[in-house]
Amino acid sequence: MSRDTGLFTAMTQPTSSHRAPLANTIASSSCHAEFAWEGHIFGHVVAGRRYQFADLRTLLARATPLRAGDQLAGLSATSEEERVAARFALADVPLSTFLMELVVPYEDDEVSRLIIDGHDAAAFAPIAHLTVGGFREWLLTASTREATLTAAAPGITPEMAAAVSKLMRIQELVLVARKCRVVTTFRTTIGLSGRLSTRLQPNHPSDDAHGIAASIIDGLLCGSGDACIGINPATDAPDTVAALLGMLDSLRQRLDAPVQSCVLSHATTTMELARRDAPVDLMFQSVAGTEAANRSFGISLALLDEAHDAVRSLGRAPPGGNVTYFETGQGSALSADAHRGVDQQTCEARAYAVARRYAPLLVNTVVGFIGPEYLYDGKQIVRAGLEDHFCGKLLGLPMGCDVCHTSHAEADEDDMDVLLTTLTVAGCSYIMGVPGADDVMLHYRSSSFHDALYLRETLGVRPAPEFEAWLNAMGIFDGANRVADARTIAASIVGEQLRLLSRGS
Amino acid sequence: MSAKEKSVPTLPRDAMDPWHALRALTPARIALGRVGAGVPTSRHLELQLAQARAKDAVWRPFDVAGLEHALLADRHEVIRVHSSARDRREYLARPDFGRRLAAADGETLATLAGVYDLVFVVGDGLASLAAERHAPTLIRAVMERLGTPWRVAPIVVAELARVALADEVGAALGAKITVMLIGERPGMSAQDSLGAYVTWAPRLGRTDAERNCVSNVRPEGLGYEAAARTLSWLLQEVRRREQTGVSLRIVADARQLSA
Repeated sequence: MSRDTGLFTAMTQPTSSHRAPLANTIASSSCHAEFAWEGHIFGHVVAGRRYQFADLRTLLARATPLRAGDQLAGLSATSEEERVAARFALADVPLSTFLMELVVPYEDDEVSRLIIDGHDAAAFAPIAHLTVGGFREWLLTASTREATLTAAAPGITPEMAAAVSKLMRIQELVLVARKCRVVTTFRTTIGLSGRLSTRLQPNHPSDDAHGIAASIIDGLLCGSGDACIGINPATDAPDTVAALLGMLDSLRQRLDAPVQSCVLSHATTTMELARRDAPVDLMFQSVAGTEAANRSFGISLALLDEAHDAVRSLGRAPPGGNVTYFETGQGSALSADAHRGVDQQTCEARAYAVARRYAPLLVNTVVGFIGPEYLYDGKQIVRAGLEDHFCGKLLGLPMGCDVCHTSHAEADEDDMDVLLTTLTVAGCSYIMGVPGADDVMLHYRSSSFHDALYLRETLGVRPAPEFEAWLNAMGIFDGANRVADARTIAASIVGEQLRLLSRGS
Repeated sequence: MSAKEKSVPTLPRDAMDPWHALRALTPARIALGRVGAGVPTSRHLELQLAQARAKDAVWRPFDVAGLEHALLADRHEVIRVHSSARDRREYLARPDFGRRLAAADGETLATLAGVYDLVFVVGDGLASLAAERHAPTLIRAVMERLGTPWRVAPIVVAELARVALADEVGAALGAKITVMLIGERPGMSAQDSLGAYVTWAPRLGRTDAERNCVSNVRPEGLGYEAAARTLSWLLQEVRRREQTGVSLRIVADARQLSA
C-alpha cells in the first residue's frame, strides 16, 4: 500500500453524476417492467487515476474482498487500489439504484423477479434516501435498533445487503448482525437473545440406523440438537430416507425430547415422502442465487412452492411454526457455471431471497464446504461466514453457519475457532454439532458438540428454552448451562431407547 | 504399530463417557470424553493427527512410476498424461486447469485414437494414494467381470487431474465410455478413498449430472469386489442404454438397495 499513499490523501470524487429521481425509485419496485432504466457507468478517481466499472454487477465484484472464486471467474479487482476505488464508487450508489439495475436481468431470471416483485416499498421508505455508504452509517448508528432493523428487512434486497457488507470490516458485520433478531419456532424456539442452538449432524457413511442413533445419543448427552437433528443421507433413495425419518421420530417420542428432525434429501424426495405421510418435520433444500444455478440443483420456485405446501399440509408444526430448512454457500452458483457474471458473495445473498419466500425455521451457510477454489484459506472462510450471517440476518433470516473446511483448504481448527467465536458474538442462531468435528460421510471438518460447550462457557449462550428445560430435567445439564458431571442416569435412559430401537419395537 | 495406536493411551476413568460402548456402532468420533468444555488431551491430539494426515494426503506427490509399474505387471499398456495445471498449488486454485490436458498431451492422444468401447483413466485427484493403492486391483477385478468382448484402450494415467479430464481423454482416443478412477477429497477418517466416474460419449463440456459415480472405494469402505460388481453392472447397462447420468442413477440406487 505504501507505493501509493495518494489513495488516502488525494481528493476523491465520484465520476458517476447520473442519479435516479427518488420518486421513480420507490415506484419502480412495483412497476419494474415500465421503468426504463438505462443504467450508467460507475467510476472513481484515485490520485489522478480514473477507475471505471461498466455496470453495477462489475462494480460489486470489484469491490469484493479477495476471494478465490471471484478470481477463478475472472471478476476480481486487478489491484488492491482498484478494489478500494470500487468501494468508494459503491459507497456513492443510491440504494434505489438496486431496484432499477439488476445484476441478473429481470426478464430471464426468476430469482431477480422474486427480489423485485416481492420488494416492500413501505419498509424501504425510511432508507430510500440513502446511498450504500450512508446505509452503512445508518446501520452502525446506536439508535438503529432491533425493531427498526426488523421493520426495514422486507425493504432490503440481497444486493443492497451484499453491497453494504463489502464496505464493512469484520467488527461491523458482527456489531450490526448482533442488533438483528430473527426468532423462529417449531418444537423449539430458535434465535432468542443470549441463545445459541445446534444442529446435531449424526451422519454415517452407509446410513446405518444404529450408527446414526449412536451419534444422536452422543450429541444429546452433550446438549446438542435443538436447531434440529439433521442427517445428510449417503443415498437419496426414498425408502432409505423414509426409514431414517421413522427412526428419528420414534427416538424423539421415546425420549420426549423437544426437537425437530430432518433428513436432508432433495425436495422432490421430500414431496414424495410427504405424500406417503412419512414423519417429515422440515422441507430441506440447497438453494442458490440464480435461476440457472437452482436448475442445476433440479429445483425451481414452483417446485419449492409445491414441496413447501406438501410438508406444511402434514400439520406437524405448531400454528405459526416454520417448516423449511435451506442450505447455501458461496461458490455454489459458480460451481454450476451459473453465476451470470455476479460475484459469489452477491450470488449467495440472492439465495437468501429464495429462502425468505418460505419463512424458514433455519438457514445455514455451509461456508467452507465447497473447497479452496472458492474460499482459499482460513481468512477467506472466516470473513465469508460473517458476511453470510450478516446479510442473512439483515434480510430477516434465521441464519446459522456450518463453520467448516475441507482438508485441501489452507485452514485449520484455529481458523474454525475464530469463526465460531466471532459468529457467536454476532448472535448466530445455530452451529453444527458433529462428533469430534469429523463428518465421516461427507469427509470435511465441521464443528463439534464440544465446540458448542466452549461457546456456552465463554460467552454464556444457552440452548433454546424448551430444549434447555429438557436437558436440565434429564440431568444432562446442571441447571447452570453446563454439562452435568455425572450423566450416568441419562446415558442409561438414552441407551435403553437405542436398544429398543435396535429391536425394532 | 501405527502412530495413532501409540499416541492414544487409555483415558482416565473420569474423562470417559459412560456410553463409550456405543463406539462399536459407528466410525464417527463419539464418546470422546470431556474435560470441562474440551476433550481429553489424547483425543485432542488424535483429532490433530487425523487432520494432519488428511492435509498431507492432499499434498502427497503422485508416484506415477510406481502406478505404471503395477499396471504394466498386469499386462496393460499405459499412457501417461498431465493436466494443464503446472503444480499442485495451481491445481487446487484452478479446477478448470485440472479438467484440461496439457496441449502436447492432447495432440499425442489424438495420434493414438482407435475404436474403443472403454478407457480407464487413473487420476491422482485430491488423494494420489487412493489411485496408487486401489486402481490396479479395481481395474483387474472389473476386467475379470466384463463378460462379452470389450475393446479396452490403453490405460491413461493422468497427473493433477479432475474428473472431467477424462472427457478430453476419451474424446481424443475415440472411446465410447470413460471410467475415471480418481482420489477423493481426504477426510479425517479416510485419506485413500477412490471414486469411479462413468461417462457415456465423453466430450468436452459434459456435466457431472451426465455421469454415474461409485464412491468410497477402499477395503474399509466399499471393497474391491463390491465396487467391481457395481461398476461392471453399470458398464453393461451404460453400453445397453447408451447413456449415463440421472436416469441411470435411479436404477442404480434401487439396485444397491435390493443388493
